[in-house]
Order: sequence, then C-alpha cells, then structure tokens
Amino acid sequence: MEIDRTDGRTANQLRPLACSRNVLYRAHGSASWSQGDTKVLAAVYGPKAGTKKNENPEKASIEVIWKPKTGQIGKVEKEYEMLLRRTLQSICVLTINPNTTTSVIVQVVNDDGALLPCAINAACAALVDAGIPLKNLAVAICCCVAESGYVILDPTKHEEEKMKAFVHLVFPNSVKAVLPEESLCVNSEPWEHGILTSVTRGVMSVDDYLYCLERGRAAAAKLSDFLRRSLLSELLSDSTKAA
Amino acid sequence: MGPSSSSADLSAEMEVDAFRRLFPLQFYERHLLESIRPDGRTHQQARDTTLALGAVASADGSALAKIGCTTMLAAIKMEVMTPTTDLPDEGNLTIEFHMPPICSPIVRPGKPADIAAVISKELSDTILSSGMINLKELSLVSGKTAWMAYLDIYCLDADGALFDAALLSAVAAFSHLQIPVVSVNDEGKVFIVSEEDKAGKPGNEPVNIDKRKLVLSNIPYSLTCLLHKNYILADPTAEEESIMETSLTVVLNSSRQLVSLYKPGGPVLAYTSALQDCVAMTMQRVKELQKILNEAISDMEVV
Repeated sequence: MEIDRTDGRTANQLRPLACSRNVLYRAHGSASWSQGDTKVLAAVYGPKAGTKKNENPEKASIEVIWKPKTGQIGKVEKEYEMLLRRTLQSICVLTINPNTTTSVIVQVVNDDGALLPCAINAACAALVDAGIPLKNLAVAICCCVAESGYVILDPTKHEEEKMKAFVHLVFPNSVKAVLPEESLCVNSEPWEHGILTSVTRGVMSVDDYLYCLERGRAAAAKLSDFLRRSLLSELLSDSTKAA
Repeated sequence: MGPSSSSADLSAEMEVDAFRRLFPLQFYERHLLESIRPDGRTHQQARDTTLALGAVASADGSALAKIGCTTMLAAIKMEVMTPTTDLPDEGNLTIEFHMPPICSPIVRPGKPADIAAVISKELSDTILSSGMINLKELSLVSGKTAWMAYLDIYCLDADGALFDAALLSAVAAFSHLQIPVVSVNDEGKVFIVSEEDKAGKPGNEPVNIDKRKLVLSNIPYSLTCLLHKNYILADPTAEEESIMETSLTVVLNSSRQLVSLYKPGGPVLAYTSALQDCVAMTMQRVKELQKILNEAISDMEVV
C-alpha cells in the first residue's frame, strides 16, 4: 500500500540537502547541514590537550555538546550526545593525537524530523572541515515504517509522529578505490553495508527492519555521493582562492 | 608484527594474571580462539539469571534481578493523579534508572553517571513503545483520576549488560504489581485504602477490588551482544565491555517482534549476517527469560 506524502515526495525521495562548511570564524572547523526544514549547525574545537577522567589517555577523546533549539538539555539530548560521541569515535583515527580532547558542539537550528541523522551528517562534515583525521565518513539516514509495513525515507516531523516505528541508521561512506571489489567485501557483503549505529523506536517485525536496512543502504550511497561532491567542490574553491 | 607477536612470545613465560592485565585483548582472543570465555562460558551462553519478586515490602510491586553479578532492584509506587486533558482515560508511567556510587568504581557520588540517563531513556522508550502496558488500564475514573506509576530501578552491582538486567527487573516488577485498593469518599475524591482502614471502617466501599493486576501483553526481553572481529559474545561482563567496545542490544517481545535494535557506534561494523545471528540468539534468550519469569511468578503464588 502506498502512502501519499504531504510534500509530494516518493517513498525513497530525500528532502533537498544542503551542506556548507567553514561557516563560523572562531571554530577550528564548522559545518551546517540541512535536510528540508531540519537544520543543524556543528562546530569543532580541538584537539585540545588532555583527556577527561575515565577516558583512555593513550587515545584521542571526543566530547559532544548538544544544544537544543530552546530550553535545557534533558534525557533525550543526553542520549543524542552519547550516540553522536560513540559514532564519531568509531570514524576518527584515535591513535594519532593521544591524550587530547576534541569538542564537537551541535546546535539545532530547526527540527523538522530526522534530527539525529541530520546532526550526525553535520558533525561529520565539521570534523572534515577541522581536519581531524578520519578513517571514513559517516552518513546517517532515518527510515519510517508505517502500520502496513510500508517504508518511507527521511520523514518530516509530522510524518514521524503518525508512523508506528522508525529506524535511524548510520553507515560508512561508499568507497572509491582502485582495489578489486572483492577485497572490499566482508563476508560477501560490501564493506559500506556495515552498520555503524542503529537506533530504533516502536515495534516492527525483523523483516521490516531488514527491509529498512536495504532501503537505508541505497539512500546512504546517494547521501555519501552528495557529501563527497560538496566536500570536493569546496576544497577546489579553497585551493583556487589560495592560488 | 610488533606488539601481537611479542605478546604471544611473552604469554609462554608470563603468569596468567599478569598476561591478563597487560594484554587484556590478546588474553581474550586466545580464549575466543578455543571457543570459550575466561569465565567458562561459550560465546553464546548468557550468565545465570535469577529473579526474586517482592523484594521491597513497602512498594506496590518490586523485583530483584540478577544476571551473573549484575544486580538490579526495581520497585513501583502507584499514586493517584488527574489525567491530562488530551488523554483523559489514560494513566501514566515514569521510569527512572539510578546508578548510585555503590554499583561501580566509575560512578562518583554527587554527579549522576551519563550512562544512567541514557539507559533510563532507552528503558522508557522500550517499555512504552513495546505496548506491554495498556495505559488505559491505569485509568480509574475517566477524565478525573488515573494512576501514576513511578518505576525506579537501582543498579546495585554493575557488571555488564546493564540494560538487559534493568529491563528484566522492570518487567518482573510489573508482573508483581498489586494495584492498591482505592475508594471514593462523599465528595467524590479518590483515595487509597490502607490495610488498617479496610478492617476499621466498612463505610467506604473499595471500587477496584477486582482490578488489582495489570494485564501484560507482548512482554519485551533483551539480549546484549558484543561484536569483536567475527566473534559474537552474548551477555558481556563489565570487563568484556571495557575491552571490546562494540555492543549491540536486541529487544524482542514475546510474539517475536522487534522492539529495539540498538547499536551505539563502535569500531566493528554490523553486517546482516551478524545481525541475524544476534536476533537468533535473542530468540533463544527470550525462551529462557520467559521460563525464569514464569517460575518466579508461580513461586510467588505458592507462597
């Protein structure tokens, strides 16, 4: 059964994406990322000397500060901070700057659904802008499951509320390499199909989840192309300015 | 080959305890290669799990859950409240997860641990979205009064798989819950009838004498697994969690529906095959936990 989306998108269609880097002057790296009306601003400071208590001083540590649009931070924001920190930690090369802390500050500008994926994408672009060594990029996507098992991607806030379940998925970006494709496979699955982070809410069948995974991977490939394009074009314009 | 080969050489001549402390990862990998874990379990085996219902006499429902050394004490307190105008015939549920300094060396007094807030949020999401409790059952008089259930879970000993133990104790506390008897006085006010009042004043008739148990449907059960290389380790201890960082928690309900699949980052990527293995292991674990819960309930009824 198909569902009409209020903004006339097809089920697989994402909202218009926009990414700009180097938007803040004082930050070591910054980026703003928007998906439709959801917009998040991320700033990176660091690496600063020293790690916090209970962190491994032999590795670089990452702290995430989440600033909601209004009000104080609560449990939801605490969870977002933890998810973001763990996700970014798994894409950063933590052995390069041991005993340092890198702060990532995420400011929500507007929330119209798929907030956490949007924040992860923004934070990742900001880390690139700050020149923090990364193993790979992370691309995040939100899938919603309707009562009938129908799946839509990148929901708005209104769509999120009427769906029975949603899944936030984070994948590594797709690889562009000259290596033969088989060498990039893990257990006969392409490397970029591995899940970095998965958060779900609501009851669904296991098959629904696997279906979301399939759709999410296809969308993540598109997102990762977009991220690569936008990072590349700004790199090129930076280098021409310098010349 | 650097550190790994040197540690392999050292392992032949070093005491086991020293090797475990100096090269924890290599120590674990040597065990995993032999399909065993240092505590004698196989990869897929969960620790011994026990449940005791009614651990707190003053609470309306309580349970003590132990998974290995991880101990959780859950207690429910019911209060009468006025429901909100948009949901007039529903009660409410507040879930709080506490990690006092007694539970682990990483928690300091005063400042609550970050992980406590995260587990607290995960628990309320899981319990409320699983549909285990029908909030309409917590209504007393539509639009006027309803029950507010405060569920508090205390972690007494944090030895890994905190979420699993917390969820188990929460579910057990709900199945032990006895809703207090209430009666309505002359002004139409609802109040809780205590045990002494019942004998003394026969004037106020209790109104909910036949509705003192909640019907729990689709009870959620969870299993946390660690992913390390190609190994999947079920029900990790705190030591295992600190060495191998990638965890994946699957929550399934009694009708085998997926309530939550939670993987907060981690250096190991989860592929479909690993996911399916984790789900299969959770299905197995659901059967075990169902049996443990049913035994605990029937023990309670005999007493």
